[in-house]
Amino acid sequence: MKPKLNSRLPIVRAHGLGSARHGVEHWWAQRVTAVTLVPLTIWFTASIITLSSSDHSTMIRWLETPFCSISMVLLLIALFYHAALGLEVVIEDYVHSGAKIPLLVAMRMTCFALATTGIFATLIVALSD
Amino acid sequence: MKWKLTISTYDPKVKRIRPLSPNIQIYRPQLTSVLSIANRITGVILSVFAVLLVMSLTAAAAGPNNYLYITALTSSWVGQAMMFAFTLSFFVHLCGGIRHLLWDAGYGFELRTIYASGWAVVFSSIVLTTIAWIASGIVGR
Repeated sequence: MKPKLNSRLPIVRAHGLGSARHGVEHWWAQRVTAVTLVPLTIWFTASIITLSSSDHSTMIRWLETPFCSISMVLLLIALFYHAALGLEVVIEDYVHSGAKIPLLVAMRMTCFALATTGIFATLIVALSD
Repeated sequence: MKWKLTISTYDPKVKRIRPLSPNIQIYRPQLTSVLSIANRITGVILSVFAVLLVMSLTAAAAGPNNYLYITALTSSWVGQAMMFAFTLSFFVHLCGGIRHLLWDAGYGFELRTIYASGWAVVFSSIVLTTIAWIASGIVGR
């Protein structure tokens, strides 16, 4: 006999909807990216201070070194992951209309697209002669 | 389509407006609540600057002519004001974030400690922003 959809136990439905454990994962990922971003953002801010008012060639010579390229890629990954998690909570807290879900999806897509674009640009600088 | 940043929200189950807590119109701001919302606002501001970072990287990869737009922006008054907003937001979010991580590790929950760490965030972000701009001035000379 096939069970009816509404005969499912609340706990089963909760698991199916992904409410269980999802919050822990979100919370944990936000903390892990936060810890990762402490050294990476301090390096980045210190770098743009030393690079302030410098031209294109100086910027390229800085970015194309392996240490800077790798750090920049890591920064972009951690930064946009952390931003997506943070903005997700902001949207969930303040948007209560039908725009909530499309906005959440659009925000995620934008973060993914920006991270990919940034990494691609960094690799172009790092790998070109 | 309604965007709500208000103190009440519509509950479709009971078909009426429900109040949301805290009621911000009668809520007296404290250091704790101000820093809480400051961490969120600076996070959103830094997300906007993350877009500018990607634009700068893309311009740098595209070539010197494209990168001129970035240097023109950052050397202008508007660009400098934006960089100031970035540095202040960054240090507020960094210090506030470290305070949050210490709470997550189980430290600093006494009311006195909460206020002490709160003021530490305020002062250290002002001091660090000042140091960053003095350093930038020395390097840029």
